[in-house]
Amino acid sequence: MFKQLTDPKEPGFQVFVDGMAVSARPGDTVAAVLLRTPPHLARHTPVRESPRAPFCLMGVCFDCLATVDDQTSVQTCLVEARPGMRIERPRGKLKVAQ
Amino acid sequence: MKTEHDILIVGAGPAGMAAAVQLADLGFAPLVIDEQAMPGGQIWRASEGPRSDAVRRALGPEYAEGADRVARFRLSGVDYMPGTRLWHIEPGFQVFMSRDETAFSRRYRAVLLATGAQERPVPVPGWTLPGVMTVGAAQILLKTSAQIPEAPVWIAGSGPLPLLYMRQLLALGGQVAGFLDTTPKGQASRVLPHAMAALRGRGDLIKGVKWLRQLRATGLPWLRGVRDVQALGQDRIEAVRYTAADGRVHEQSAQVLLLHEGVVPSIHTTLAMNCEHDWSEAQGCFIPRTDERGMTSVDGLFLAGDGAGIGGALAAEERGRIAALGIAGRLGQDAPAAHLHAAHAGLARRLASRPVIDALYPPSEAQIPDETVICRCEELTAGDIRVAARLHRGGPNQVKAYTRCGMGPCQGRQCGYSVNRILSEEYGQSRAETGFFRIRPPLKPVTLGELAALEEGREAP
Amino acid sequence: MSTADVLVIGGGLHGLSSALHLARDGADVTVLEGEFVGRHASGASAAGVRTLGRDPREMPLALRSMEMWHQIGDLVSDDCGFHAHGQLRVFETEAQIAAETRRIAELEAHGHTNEQIIGQDTLRQLVPGINPKFIGAAYADRDGAADPHRTLVAFRAAAERAGVRIVEGAPVCRLSEQRGAWRVETAQGAFAAPTVINAAGAWGARVAAMTGESIPLSAKASMMMVTERLTQTIRPVVSIVGRSLSFKQSSQGTLVLGGGIQGRYDLDSGRTAMDFHALARGAAAAEELMPAVKGARIARCWSGIEGKTSDLLPVICPGKAAGIFHIFGFSGHGFQLVPAAGEAMAGMVTTGVVPEIFLPFNAERLTTKGAAA
Repeated sequence: MFKQLTDPKEPGFQVFVDGMAVSARPGDTVAAVLLRTPPHLARHTPVRESPRAPFCLMGVCFDCLATVDDQTSVQTCLVEARPGMRIERPRGKLKVAQ
Repeated sequence: MKTEHDILIVGAGPAGMAAAVQLADLGFAPLVIDEQAMPGGQIWRASEGPRSDAVRRALGPEYAEGADRVARFRLSGVDYMPGTRLWHIEPGFQVFMSRDETAFSRRYRAVLLATGAQERPVPVPGWTLPGVMTVGAAQILLKTSAQIPEAPVWIAGSGPLPLLYMRQLLALGGQVAGFLDTTPKGQASRVLPHAMAALRGRGDLIKGVKWLRQLRATGLPWLRGVRDVQALGQDRIEAVRYTAADGRVHEQSAQVLLLHEGVVPSIHTTLAMNCEHDWSEAQGCFIPRTDERGMTSVDGLFLAGDGAGIGGALAAEERGRIAALGIAGRLGQDAPAAHLHAAHAGLARRLASRPVIDALYPPSEAQIPDETVICRCEELTAGDIRVAARLHRGGPNQVKAYTRCGMGPCQGRQCGYSVNRILSEEYGQSRAETGFFRIRPPLKPVTLGELAALEEGREAP
Repeated sequence: MSTADVLVIGGGLHGLSSALHLARDGADVTVLEGEFVGRHASGASAAGVRTLGRDPREMPLALRSMEMWHQIGDLVSDDCGFHAHGQLRVFETEAQIAAETRRIAELEAHGHTNEQIIGQDTLRQLVPGINPKFIGAAYADRDGAADPHRTLVAFRAAAERAGVRIVEGAPVCRLSEQRGAWRVETAQGAFAAPTVINAAGAWGARVAAMTGESIPLSAKASMMMVTERLTQTIRPVVSIVGRSLSFKQSSQGTLVLGGGIQGRYDLDSGRTAMDFHALARGAAAAEELMPAVKGARIARCWSGIEGKTSDLLPVICPGKAAGIFHIFGFSGHGFQLVPAAGEAMAGMVTTGVVPEIFLPFNAERLTTKGAAA
């Protein structure tokens, strides 16, 4: 959906999206990483399980909510990717661990 | 960093940074909080970021100015707390914030909201499909990540931002399958009344005319008078459908559709604080009422930047300086009157071309089709709102109670104006009279654990 | 001037229920609402349908209401989102078990069998994920919860179908009596009727004062919070003995948390404000009850203004002036009583006889003289 105009001088690092290693660069928000990682989604909604991708990128729409390092419903457009970060894309309502 | 401040500035965009620098010059030590990781706001987002020269060149000289402003803000030595969300303000002002999933509250004598604007939601059928985003979102991806959309890319809407973004995208080798220009035909005649006022803002307009010429020269497919834009697809956008000026319906393959119909002030915080707001016919939105010193109708609560009316980055800076002087006066240190006059003169200059832009690009007044989702969170359609309106004849808050529209995590930031528009059509009353949702705290969702820990009186992380 | 048989002041659930029952009995009823239907306590309610732990003086009315809740569709042609998944009050010490057992034995001595004690195994089945420190609960299995907005819509629609006229945006500014008829002046003109029902909630004492009657009443604004949607795991409404928490999961999956922690209010403007330092106690109690909900995000908090009496029982009685009837001051637990209170109110207005189930709710008990007697 989106591609990064890579600059070979820029160092990258790895994050994990649903367990899969994905490369990220300094300054990337988690939402930006999701938009170039197939299937380019943040989550399926809790109401009808519709697929959603980051939409506004400025903290307004809440469509980019995902789980980041076990913290659920994080606005991924407001969080910078950091090395080793674990991102999970929820499907439907959040599960309460028991 | 000090732990006690008299003044809180919310937002480190043009207005917040200018206000902070001005207050520091006057001997005050405000605290600036911002949701983002770096100062600059949306317009100058990632100014300090490690972007390539090509990206910097494409973003243009207006963006480059941001680096200088951010540097000046850093040099001012003002306390700055990035990655911090404001979620509630109690009168007086006890302010509740969260950082690194830790909530805390502190007391301030004056608060300046420099929280800017958001893009006006453009509800069209299929706009919730992955691959459909706002033009502003795509531009932010360019600034933060040097990231561009993959072909075929369609851009639909109206206003200066699509033009600017397309210019930047094309300069970086991106492609635009077509610009679906939804600006109503015959706008030029609506612009004439504002021509005199605009003469003072000639520079901005000449710049605009230059962009337009450059864009046309690229051979970009520019379709004017387009309406009824729709995104089609199952799990993501696959095609875009639109009605051309000649009435013919077209369907074209699409990977990305970017929407934009101007920006509107962020009003959730001022609504939650029960500030007075006025409906602006010119900008098609509610604007919090402010006095000549940038103070809202709530004593001690100030507002600057696009949140006080859309004017762009340079106007936002002037409003930031005005509010800074206002706050200084409120805290008993009146600055020389000349300072305020100079800032007001600067603001008038920066706003001179605004009436032309507002008149050129009015928000769409076309009826939202019944099947269009308007509440992205609760997945409710325009038809759902119309049914509730016909059944209960209530205002936005009753419709919210009966349908759950606006009860999701975005708290009505995406559906508020659509509900306002639909109810005003249904009841044959003005947009001003129809009003907006009552806004309930928290302004941003906090976890139960975060709130529970607040009791311990934890300090800021 | 508009006339009716009965004017109801207050478009909350109690006003609507009284209006509905009276209209079904053939009366011409107009409801006068200051803002809009359900604006305050009714719309801000947690909508618990609870007999659990009720004051014994309210039990006859609460039990009659519970019968009606189980057939609520017969009354308003909608289920109001009512589910009888039970209500639980959990405890953590042996001393609490003993005290609760004594209380329930006393209830049974009065013939009430709505509550029972359950042990930890049953508790864990009913509330998966509950903190193991809670060892048992008082349980009322026929209790439950409804959807407050759906209930409002249903009562309103049923009342309108029965011929009730509802006038919103009509705050009352004056009441006067002339030759056996009450004249009620509102922002939307004057209305007249021989009978006026004062169902004005937190403003009930102000309306009473307009008839020359002084009734002590204060107010409260219990804060509520609701989270994002979670997978459905908890059916009953849960509270903790001795703590300010009521905890339930709505049919949408959101956690709805209340329990009587007080926010701020202003009767003149009708506005409320949150006190988050106080609300933090509620969040802490929720986390203690069910540690796994710690990460759930709070989407919204609110409160509504409700009338509160010194003994936390409502005022339901004829007024001192002829033709006036009061029904307000439910002190934060009136939702469950709505169907039966309206039914009995209609009977009282029609016959002029105070029914036995309303006897504990006379206004005189609240005056110093009444309290001393």
